[in-house]
Amino acid sequence: MIRVVHYINQFFANVGGEEMAHIPAEVREGMLGPGLALQQAFKDEAEIVATIVCGDSYFNENMDEAKKTIIEMVKKYEPDLFIAGPAFNAGRYGVACGAIAKAVKDELNIPVLTGMFEENPGAEMFKNDIYIVATKNSAAGMRDAVKKMAPLALKLAKGEKIGASIEEGYLPNGKRVNFFEKEIGAKRAVDMLLAKLNNKEFQTEFPMPDFDRVAPNPAIKDITKAKIALVTSGGIVPKGNPDHIESSSASKYGKYDIDGVMDLTEETYQTAHGGYDPVYANLDPDRVLPVDILREFEKEGKIGSLHRYYYATVGNGTAVKNAKAFAEKFSKELVADGVDAVILTST
Amino acid sequence: MVKEIERAGIPVVHMCTIVPISLTVGANRIVPTIAIPHPLGNPSLTLEEEKNIRRELLTRALKALETEVSEQTVFEK
Repeated sequence: MIRVVHYINQFFANVGGEEMAHIPAEVREGMLGPGLALQQAFKDEAEIVATIVCGDSYFNENMDEAKKTIIEMVKKYEPDLFIAGPAFNAGRYGVACGAIAKAVKDELNIPVLTGMFEENPGAEMFKNDIYIVATKNSAAGMRDAVKKMAPLALKLAKGEKIGASIEEGYLPNGKRVNFFEKEIGAKRAVDMLLAKLNNKEFQTEFPMPDFDRVAPNPAIKDITKAKIALVTSGGIVPKGNPDHIESSSASKYGKYDIDGVMDLTEETYQTAHGGYDPVYANLDPDRVLPVDILREFEKEGKIGSLHRYYYATVGNGTAVKNAKAFAEKFSKELVADGVDAVILTST
Repeated sequence: MVKEIERAGIPVVHMCTIVPISLTVGANRIVPTIAIPHPLGNPSLTLEEEKNIRRELLTRALKALETEVSEQTVFEK
């Protein structure tokens, strides 16, 4: 019987939501949460012998220590396979799953597997190091994720040959795997062309690498003369969230006038973000959007001025396409308003 | 967002707690912060101590904006 250790976060372990995201790693015997579905899919071929539960914030804020502790926990169970997640589009969870799976593979030399949505930052970070099954962007895709993860996990544990990403359902990892297509190349090319001409979806067989890097702009010569704007993905909005920015998967951003505002308070501002414990940001929103100190710097002449407007959205499972479009739009305004530099804060 | 702001020609400093994500996203000037739910504060300290932390982090952010960089740079100090 293949022995499996499973890693999940506080949320999927039913320990709690964001208010419990700070808990360190702990071990539970047997399966828990999404492990039940995995176990069912494994039938009698594998057994989840232990589940490690760790808070997402704890893991990300104490990564080295968390990895060390968890590896020791995993080692004790002498597993043949390690599975993390699936994390869907939860950013910190995805990074945790990728990081711990890679660490287990490197340190304990056993096969590992995780699953997440392709836009999860953990995917870009770890897809070339470990197998990451492509999942939907929310836990509603659990059934689909398990259906792909369980067979691939068993194959990995048995040391069987792993097919191409398109066959097995993992995110492309830059390695070429040969296989025979059902149709000949000429037919596939013509089908693709017809689909393209008819504005239908088609899948390229030779995707171009995506090196979307922007070169740094020159430094500010004299910061004491510069007009500085604040931007945040931490969801700080005027109290009541007048633009109704969504707590996750934001479809919009807000532009807010802070003319004359010297300090953000519990009475006047709040966070709209649903992806972290909001208690601290609601009590003092300057902890995320530091208006108070920048006003001080403005008065002392350390900066030229603080721009009259700040821009805010919620960076919580927000589509990269949306975030890009928001910033494209408001950056034009920033340029037109003569802003010299931006401080962007994220939670 | 950080990349689009940079692309528009405005130097930008990203203040965030999980630096690996910022590096993956493509920020060029990065200042690591305190914790995910309170990047620029620390509720276990007094209000004045918190403000000192915020001053220190923002001073570092200004320094980052005044520093020429040719590649992704994390301003630890």
